[in-house]
Amino acid sequence: MKKQLPVFLTFICAFILTVQYFVPHRTFEQIYEVSNIWLQIIGVFSIFLGIISLVSQHIMKIRRRNRQWQYSFITLGGLIIMVAAGLFPPLQERGAYEWLYDHVLNPISATMFSLLAFFIASAAFRAFRARSAIATILLLAAVFVMLGRVPLGDRLSHGFFPAVANWLLNVPNVAAKRAILIGVGLGEASMALRVMLGIERSYMAGD
Amino acid sequence: MKFFTWLSTLDRRYIFLMMALAVIFPLLFPVKIPVRVTPESEKVYDMVDNLEPGDVLLIDMDYGPDTMAELEPMSYAIMRHAYQRGAKIVFVCLTPTGVTLVETEIRTIADEQGMVYGEDYAYLGYRPYPAAVILSMGQDVRQSFPIDYYGTPMDDLPMMRTVKNYRDFSFVISVSATSGIDYWIMYGKERYNFPLAIGVTAVMAADYYNYLNSGQIVGILGGLKGAAEYETLLGQGERAIIWMNIQSICHFLIVGFIIIGNIAYAVTSRGNRS
Amino acid sequence: MMISGDIGVWLAAFLTLCIFSFLYKDNVFYRIAEHLVVGVSAGYWLVILIRQTLIPYFVIPLFVEGNWNVIPGPGGLLLLIIAAFLGILIFSRFTTRYSWLARIPIAIIWGIGAGFVVPLSLQTKVIRQLQASIIDLRDIGTWTGFNSLLVVIGVICGLTYFFFSKAHKGAIGSVAKVGIWTLMIGFGATFGFTAMARISLLIGRIDFLLRNWLGIIQ
Repeated sequence: MKKQLPVFLTFICAFILTVQYFVPHRTFEQIYEVSNIWLQIIGVFSIFLGIISLVSQHIMKIRRRNRQWQYSFITLGGLIIMVAAGLFPPLQERGAYEWLYDHVLNPISATMFSLLAFFIASAAFRAFRARSAIATILLLAAVFVMLGRVPLGDRLSHGFFPAVANWLLNVPNVAAKRAILIGVGLGEASMALRVMLGIERSYMAGD
Repeated sequence: MKFFTWLSTLDRRYIFLMMALAVIFPLLFPVKIPVRVTPESEKVYDMVDNLEPGDVLLIDMDYGPDTMAELEPMSYAIMRHAYQRGAKIVFVCLTPTGVTLVETEIRTIADEQGMVYGEDYAYLGYRPYPAAVILSMGQDVRQSFPIDYYGTPMDDLPMMRTVKNYRDFSFVISVSATSGIDYWIMYGKERYNFPLAIGVTAVMAADYYNYLNSGQIVGILGGLKGAAEYETLLGQGERAIIWMNIQSICHFLIVGFIIIGNIAYAVTSRGNRS
Repeated sequence: MMISGDIGVWLAAFLTLCIFSFLYKDNVFYRIAEHLVVGVSAGYWLVILIRQTLIPYFVIPLFVEGNWNVIPGPGGLLLLIIAAFLGILIFSRFTTRYSWLARIPIAIIWGIGAGFVVPLSLQTKVIRQLQASIIDLRDIGTWTGFNSLLVVIGVICGLTYFFFSKAHKGAIGSVAKVGIWTLMIGFGATFGFTAMARISLLIGRIDFLLRNWLGIIQ
């Protein structure tokens, strides 16, 4: 029952939703509409789950005095302040929530991703080696695309780099990505069928 | 040989410093070399340029602060262009990290262009599970968005009274840094067959040329270059164009690093072998 | 040079520099900023969920307007209650005895998702892509036709490379080799674009520091 019921429900839902794609009957349309709404409603609760997990993880870390447990106070403090700013009416009226978003969340998130530019530069110098023909092809393609997509590369090469870059993007790149995409599409469909037929049960954690 | 050995073991913080200087100097002393426009960006521009006054388009802005630098200039350019064509815009944001940011950006351009909320533009906000939202908007936008971002019921917004589903939009543009683009193509375009153009980060751009080739999308704006191309075509805004010129210096620096790194590697490994 | 007097800008600049300090060495300022963003992001998500979903879907229709017609049609109220009940069941995973009940809503989500994916994935990612690979005979002899032919050859070779049920020897090996070359060009293009993307983000942050904070750029 604990294992069969979820597998049965998965099969029923997946089968009906697959069939409804091909059957334009009003009943199937209604099932389709209800499924969409259910997905969104249930999805809301599953996202709450993630936040509850985060909070409990950090509380546990503080209780057990795990490594760098002091920083968990900062995490939890940030969460509480943000929730208070977003839901507590007096703070809401003062725009505290938007202020924290613009001046705390925004700069830290943006800067974290911008660090990668430095690491790419470092990797370009220390790790990107043309050790084989295949690696050389990869590097050459990257160089042509990088120089062809910038105005200075266009000006210095009198349009040669952009022409090569555009050809690389629209011909071999399309071929490569299409081959990968067809593989991904077949993989997705077969994975979905495995889920439908109960062969894939990883969603039943602890099974 | 000693020089190349030293080069191979150079502290990476010097490389970081060179990268930082490669950005700082061109920012302080900007150069504006014109940006060449590619056909895939021009198709997006032409799509917006063909709008008639009163047409309604749907713009999905799916990005947060982490990719704002690339996608904000293109969003601004598209919004300005659409408003100047007399079109009305419905906005959604299907990623939670960008909801507040997108609202600020929408208001910035709407105020700049003198647009009135509810009559010229509407912001519907965020709902979870983008696939489900995209599918349900094909039936009725109100299924996922009974109220807008500010809590106003749909039918209280004058421009939304004539909008039910994708058939009432001239086309859809998704400016996204997430896999939401795949959902738009798979669940939106494939199921409901509306014209779809995309604006994506440069990381993602190379992956969507096959959809362009197959006709599943009309055009692609790829990263900051795409934004600069749109600004060039529109003749307004220059942030992306200036930043692209800074990008030029950085790209040449990285290519230089690749070449020097490989030379140093070749010389030192030959030396080690002998 | 007009340094900003806005405390928000100073806070943003300070946090930006805290993150950049990681480039020199891992340090306490970086860790503080890192942990702060995790907490603030989670709080932000929670508020968005409540304001953008719970309130419009449940609070306003059910308790403010008294409109139980969130899911239109006969039986809509019952379906809404079932959906909410299933959502609440997810939290049963925090209990020991009833944790298996959480599998039910997850099974339904997976089932619905799988049902949507099967036809649409095949249609979008396989059939449409194969259709686009068909060469128009009228293009033969033209540059467009030549490029289309190259695309088809590249796709076939790339797919052959991913076919691991047969050893890559002989003719299949040669075709797979062409496939890996094609794939490497695609990956090279992706890498070039990736470098471009990250640099754009860096430009954005340094522009903020020099323009909004220090006022060096006008």
